[in-house]
Amino acid sequence: MTDVTPEARHIPDRLDSPLRAAILSWPALLLVVAVGLFVANSFLSPYFLSPWSLSDATFNFTEKAIIALAMALLIISGEIDLSVAAIIALASTMMGLALQFGVGTPGLVVIGILTGLFCGMFNGFLVTRLGLPSIVVTIGTMSFFRGISFIVLGDQAFKGYPPAFGFFGQGYVWWVVSFEFVLFLVCAVLFYVLLHRTNFGRHVFVIGNNPMAARFSGVRVERVKFILFCLTGLMSGIAAVLLTSRLASTRPSIALGWELEVVTMVVLGGVSILGGSGSIPGVVIAAFIMGLVTFGLGLLNVPGIVMSIFIGALLIFVIALPIVFRMIRERRA
Amino acid sequence: MKGILRTREFWLAVIVVAMIAATNFRSPGFASPANLAGIFNDTAMLMILALGQMAVILTRSIDLSMASNLALTGMIVALINAAYPAIPVPVLMVIAALCGLLLGAFNGALVWLLGIPAIVVTLGTLTIFRGIIFLIAGGKWVNADAMSTGFVQYTRIEVLGLPLLTWYAIVIAAAFFVMMTRTSLGRAIYAVGINPTASVYAGIDVGRTTFLAFCISGMLAGFCGYLWVSRYVIGSVEVAKGYELTIVAACVIGGISIAGGVGTVAGALLGALFLGVINVALPVINISPFWQMAISGAAIILAVALNARGDKRGGRLILRQTETAS
Repeated sequence: MTDVTPEARHIPDRLDSPLRAAILSWPALLLVVAVGLFVANSFLSPYFLSPWSLSDATFNFTEKAIIALAMALLIISGEIDLSVAAIIALASTMMGLALQFGVGTPGLVVIGILTGLFCGMFNGFLVTRLGLPSIVVTIGTMSFFRGISFIVLGDQAFKGYPPAFGFFGQGYVWWVVSFEFVLFLVCAVLFYVLLHRTNFGRHVFVIGNNPMAARFSGVRVERVKFILFCLTGLMSGIAAVLLTSRLASTRPSIALGWELEVVTMVVLGGVSILGGSGSIPGVVIAAFIMGLVTFGLGLLNVPGIVMSIFIGALLIFVIALPIVFRMIRERRA
Repeated sequence: MKGILRTREFWLAVIVVAMIAATNFRSPGFASPANLAGIFNDTAMLMILALGQMAVILTRSIDLSMASNLALTGMIVALINAAYPAIPVPVLMVIAALCGLLLGAFNGALVWLLGIPAIVVTLGTLTIFRGIIFLIAGGKWVNADAMSTGFVQYTRIEVLGLPLLTWYAIVIAAAFFVMMTRTSLGRAIYAVGINPTASVYAGIDVGRTTFLAFCISGMLAGFCGYLWVSRYVIGSVEVAKGYELTIVAACVIGGISIAGGVGTVAGALLGALFLGVINVALPVINISPFWQMAISGAAIILAVALNARGDKRGGRLILRQTETAS
């Protein structure tokens, strides 16, 4: 993740010990930041250290984090999907439409998730079959998907979701542990296994590092990328179910601007925006950091817009810090 | 003649003219000179912003912070105007341009000196700049009654039958055309985008050129900050929210390749004009404005799909066409 320029790579005389490498790794640095934020929050606000507060704190990042897991894989493979928030809007709108036709809770969930999957397939088709740059394609589909929501809804909203549907976004599995949070943890484990323990995961890294070498090595680059777009769409569909259930309404402006927050989360988690490196633990910790920052500042009555300064500064700061350190070290050497 | 027929800009111009003609068919008077001048005036800011974005995209970077830069600079000059109405408006315009230049230079310096990818830097400054608006204005708005008459008039006064806003766009577009095609900086910007390695051997400082491109986009965004506040007579945190992607969309529709090095001034202007005409034409032909977003989205996808046919597909065809593998 520190390899920003190829010239900066050098081969050490001997490798660091695994323990030293683990301590100096990006997730470890993030973990220190997260623990620091946690401690600071508990000193700054008397309301922070209660189980229910902490449980509430998870709600404002789990939906974004669920998308971030899939987005991490996509960015590692060298692509990006800026349409995720628009997919949420479209999936939520489709659920609302189905509701008008009297579809029950299981049907709504299936429709939400399938809409997400289809949107992901559409993106994947445009990028892998037509060979278009993903950043531009998904800026286009971002307008397109949300635009369909606007056509369907205009300035109206869908309301009146069945009470049973509310469980996904508002229910608790056990005591203060919410369904959303458990789902996020389960997804995190699944994505960890997928990225770090399977052939598919290795292919994702190989493609991100060198698509040409990957092709020569027999990796089906286009197919892997297509699957990743589908996965990102699928996770956005799941996030749409959770968010719609939590808000109990659908407006075309739902989840506006989330795409950039999700990308911020992924990059903060140590995934190189140029592709080729990153890890799921890093992204998970980054999700907690963003949750802690927004919730902690919220308890201190800091307005949301000012929080965004912290998030933006955090993003640039954590990326710049290792680079500055390396520059100082190289100058001394 | 054959050469012109083959350019993207020509076909985009044909499409824009066809759209205007079709709308005129449904609603006579749409293509009247006065109405066309109105459309141009409405699109003037998007054109200026698209030109700035073009300079950055040509160097293989992207500036997602333009809309936030615009909003922040707009708020700064609005606050100055509210506090010291005696300061003449041209001075405020210079302040706006310098302010935007500074913000753009901040982006550019991070990209140049630290080598952080532009998309990460500007994603960060996108939220930072907008947050700062809230801090300096204390969450308040600057309304029409707080602004001096001159401040509001300097985009509206008509010179030779066209409002000043239109003239700013024309002058900036002309200056931009000269810069991109007749100066070493303009050529360097193209060179860096086409082949950074070759540029280094040709004696071009890639980092410095990228930095200057960010300064240009920042300066134009800052200047548009004044224009926006003056034209819509409102300074607030919400100004131009989400507009950064509209600017990129205008460039993409105008045939500017996101991979860098490909794109023309005429393309950027026509891309902006395309979006502008859609905006104005939809209500006229009785299509709900809610359709606008989906249509511009479809237009972007279509534009990229059409542009891609002309682009090189680096590394894609190696198995079939070994001699092009570089």
